[in-house]
Amino acid sequence: MVTTDPLLRVENLKKHFPVNKGLILMKTVGYVQAVDGISFSIKQGETLGLVGESGCGKTTTSKLMLRLEHPTEGGVFLEGQDIYKFKGQDLRDYRTKVQAVFQDPWSSLSPRMRVRDIVAEALVVNQKVSSKERNERVSQAMNQVGLHPEQAHNYPHEFSGGQRQRIAVAAALASDPKLIILDEPVSALDVSIRAQVMNLLKDLQEQSNVSYLLIAHNLATVRYMAHQTAVMYLGQIVEFSDTEELYQQPLHPYTKALFSAALPSHPDLIHEEIVLTGEVPSPINPPTGCRFHPRCPFAMDRCSVEVPVEKEVSPGHRVSCHLY
Amino acid sequence: MSTAQNDIVLEVNNLRTYLFNRTSTVKAVDGISFFLRKGETLGIVGESGCGKTMTALSLLQLLPKPAGRIVGGEILLNGEDLLQKNEEEMRQVRGREISMILQDPQTSLNPVFNIGNQLMEALGVARKDNRKGLLARAVDALRNVNVAAPERRLDDFPHQMSGGMKQRVVGAISISCEPSVIIADEPTTALDVTIQLQYLRLLKDIQAKTGLAIIFITHDFGVVARMCDRVAVMYAGRIVEEGTCRNLFNSPSHPYTQALIASVPKLEERVDRLYSIEGQPPLLSNLPEGCRFEPRCPHARDRCLAEYPSSFTIESGHSADCWKLDASW
Repeated sequence: MVTTDPLLRVENLKKHFPVNKGLILMKTVGYVQAVDGISFSIKQGETLGLVGESGCGKTTTSKLMLRLEHPTEGGVFLEGQDIYKFKGQDLRDYRTKVQAVFQDPWSSLSPRMRVRDIVAEALVVNQKVSSKERNERVSQAMNQVGLHPEQAHNYPHEFSGGQRQRIAVAAALASDPKLIILDEPVSALDVSIRAQVMNLLKDLQEQSNVSYLLIAHNLATVRYMAHQTAVMYLGQIVEFSDTEELYQQPLHPYTKALFSAALPSHPDLIHEEIVLTGEVPSPINPPTGCRFHPRCPFAMDRCSVEVPVEKEVSPGHRVSCHLY
Repeated sequence: MSTAQNDIVLEVNNLRTYLFNRTSTVKAVDGISFFLRKGETLGIVGESGCGKTMTALSLLQLLPKPAGRIVGGEILLNGEDLLQKNEEEMRQVRGREISMILQDPQTSLNPVFNIGNQLMEALGVARKDNRKGLLARAVDALRNVNVAAPERRLDDFPHQMSGGMKQRVVGAISISCEPSVIIADEPTTALDVTIQLQYLRLLKDIQAKTGLAIIFITHDFGVVARMCDRVAVMYAGRIVEEGTCRNLFNSPSHPYTQALIASVPKLEERVDRLYSIEGQPPLLSNLPEGCRFEPRCPHARDRCLAEYPSSFTIESGHSADCWKLDASW
């Protein structure tokens, strides 16, 4: 087996937010276990899809990786180096290597900045570049996302939703990143525009070998974009696998339920549905044992007591469930 | 079919709703016709800005004032033209005959009243009752939409409930007066997938019990495939294709419908490359003379530029507005 070092490695990452009560004498009464011990890695030039319902910790994970939050425990390693130890120029270099594209291009682009300043910002802030080089990089990035370099003089409001998301992608690309975190990159866009942006992202990956961490709740989008997929539930990864294997053979009951709840692409494909009862429990007091057991149709006695250990059922396919 | 004719609860003929600005006229709904049978779900699919929501607001005559005005057509509810009614008569229609579920339950519920009060207000409109009677009916209404422990939830305020639960309450309010038609405007877009499925199943159950007719406005073909009996595809203020759900998925006939279906990634199979529709929909204030999809259509010819296509029937109940379907193409 050839082992290539992954670009990014996440090890036992935890983030607990304290819950405080009281006005003057603040007391910590508990912790929101937003992310609770997740591990995964992303290879160069590949896409990892992170799926799960709202509140499962997807966005906290992306914030941790962007160094917008510090973890309670665990670490993130980019090319073998601990990103939380970076300081000074190393940190600025990290910020050029890891970029992000957010969901809503109406709020993620500053309305007071011209597009060329938005696109160049990550570059200018973090590196010493001459104005000539800067302009070249901006026109190059604009070309890459299919916009006219002359449009860089305009303001964001002069663009449509799809074009704005292209600008956001150009801004991420300008500093020549290794990894782009895509937090729901197409869900705010119109149906006919989504395919344009998804195809663009795939093309860019082929050209520049950039890696993506794709956070999405639409399972079809993840199947189209991602090489590997991790399923999150209440701050933990319950299943991790190559995308194709996961979609053909989901193992964890939560993954099965999630897939069966996804809507069919044709009326003849309406399948048997596993309807989960209830809602996602609070991450302040997560259920004991397996966190999914109160909603799981296959729950056994030991599920409420014992935390399932992650098992590798086939190469690269890991699942945390007592059934396996 | 004479029996089917009698089943029709809502019929819309050549409805046109325009929004008037100082400088321009936005033709949000520009001559659409459709009908709805008892117990049926009609999906209206389209992108944002194609006139879906304006169609819904026109049915209830809740258009933004003073810009919005219905400039033509008729809306027949059980044979009566709603456009002939005055404001007082329309008040009797809203909620009682046609009611609506909006996209975001957080904004459709009042944050300063508990949901018991909000339910009782709606139930009191349906049938006058004393407080005790209303309370009992509110509990029943919540139980009908599968809210667990309804007695305890009555005192909750909207912010104490989850999105799925709030949308159930909105559902309970909208069916409280036993309307014959419900307009659901993207009711599940704000919900998570597992909760979305719970909600869609609930709507189907209610429909099976009461024979409610539902107009389902959405941009998600998955929701259409799961929920709808018939579908109308809207583009730039017009219905460009109409047919049964199977018609549309098996033999989409308008290039826009074909492109839309091809551009959505599939859950069931791996697609290597999605079809993408280039360009943008036209501005509704500056519509082209000919076919509105012509600038983005891969099949377009001179005729499409010059003249809006007439409607061609592909088979009974399935029609599309496209010159490609003309024998002389």
